[in-house]
Amino acid sequence: MSQIPPPPSAMLAELTHRCPLSCPYCSNPLELTAREAELSAPQWAEVFTQAGALGVLQVHLSGGEPLARRDLPDLVSAAVAAGLYTNLITSGIGLTEARLKDLAGRGLDHIQLSIQGPNAQIADRVGGYKGGYDKKMEVAGWIAAEGIPLTVNAVMHRHNLDRLEEVFALALRLGARRLEVATVQFHGWAARNKAALMPTRAQVEAANRSVAAARERLKGRLVIDYVPADYYARFPKPCMGGWGRVGLVVTPDGTVMPCHAAHTIPHLRFENAKDTPLAQIWTGSPAFNAYRGTDWMREPCRSCDRREVDFGGCRCQAMAFAGAAEEADPVCEKSPHHGVMAAMAEASVAPELEGGSPGGGAIDDVAFTYRDNA
Amino acid sequence: MSALKDSDVPLLPRGVRLREDAARGGWVLLAPERVLTLDPIAVAVLRELDGERDFAAITAALAAAYAAPQEVIAKDARAFLEDLMDKRMVEVAP
Ligand code: SF4
Ligand code: SF4
Repeated sequence: MSQIPPPPSAMLAELTHRCPLSCPYCSNPLELTAREAELSAPQWAEVFTQAGALGVLQVHLSGGEPLARRDLPDLVSAAVAAGLYTNLITSGIGLTEARLKDLAGRGLDHIQLSIQGPNAQIADRVGGYKGGYDKKMEVAGWIAAEGIPLTVNAVMHRHNLDRLEEVFALALRLGARRLEVATVQFHGWAARNKAALMPTRAQVEAANRSVAAARERLKGRLVIDYVPADYYARFPKPCMGGWGRVGLVVTPDGTVMPCHAAHTIPHLRFENAKDTPLAQIWTGSPAFNAYRGTDWMREPCRSCDRREVDFGGCRCQAMAFAGAAEEADPVCEKSPHHGVMAAMAEASVAPELEGGSPGGGAIDDVAFTYRDNA
Repeated sequence: MSALKDSDVPLLPRGVRLREDAARGGWVLLAPERVLTLDPIAVAVLRELDGERDFAAITAALAAAYAAPQEVIAKDARAFLEDLMDKRMVEVAP
């Protein structure tokens, strides 16, 4: 790749891996960064300034739980000062009304609040945090009163995918402008809970239909963004809008990656924002350049007419299921490994299907493997 | 589908921002998880949204500024703003 890539427009800033919840579908790596290794507020401020100069328009403050950082107000101020549209991605746990008002006063543009289920019983069981659901409802009320636009984020899996209508209703009740419905993906910790979380093909197809209907019905009231399950799909989706194309991720210790799960590709080496300017990483990093454009592709992608549409899909999924990041995403029906994904998905749900209706069992009986992030 | 009347006062709600994009050139409209690249006409329309004047006054001002028939401007501007209302990037003052 000799061309200079166009600048990124979005940055995911993972401020910390610490989190009071312990969601079984957490996509953070198994090896979490310790508090002592986290970038300081001045270091983050420098990253935001460089990002703004590079062309980043929106920053997503994420984690872990960003509220676990006491200096979050300073971080928000720094992002706003860098001219970035500043979005806080939070579980709401750790927020008080005073803290929210402070963040709003500093120019926070938007809040994305996660819900772990459409009611307290499911949500608290999934998040592994008692009282979490009620707390979120309270937080949503403060956000509405403050007038900050709200996105509700719901991760859907076998135990709640049948309850999408309740999720739509909840988002409306909370006054959300946008709802993000993301079907669980199995990166990071989530891989350990594959058997417990994998939705069935019938559930996925029903969900696709109900999202399409709700989008039409709620046009002008609620924007619905949907990450459909790809385990049963024919073609992959473009990961992060294409590798090194739209966005970058900065991890709690300052490591800069093209995508959240890029560390699962073992031969890639990532630079750190502490010692390399962001602009230099964006244009010059071998890890970012590795899968830019189409030159790196093997067949069937190399000669495929969709290669500029989906860029061969997800590199991390290719790594995990086809054995090399240069392969086509195994979701693709042209991949020789196609079928592995669907077979894996079907094998994951099989035991439960034999035992009764999927997702129909009591949520308390599901064996989740929780993580300890605190 | 959203409908914008002549007497409605369209505005950019909190969390939707119009800004210049120095790195790429031109202007963009920023909203939750959205970056809209704008052409010069779109920028001209959005810059008129002051939260005070109604749609009729806005299109009259644009017609005067660009020496174009107001009906033509109103037709395009209405389609553009109604689409943004569907996307919750423009609201009408209560
Ligand atoms: S535990 Fe849940 S809220 Fe915390 S980082 Fe993981 S997915 Fe996010
Ligand atoms: S062969 Fe590659 S480029 Fe073509 S659709 Fe499949 S993954 Fe996408």
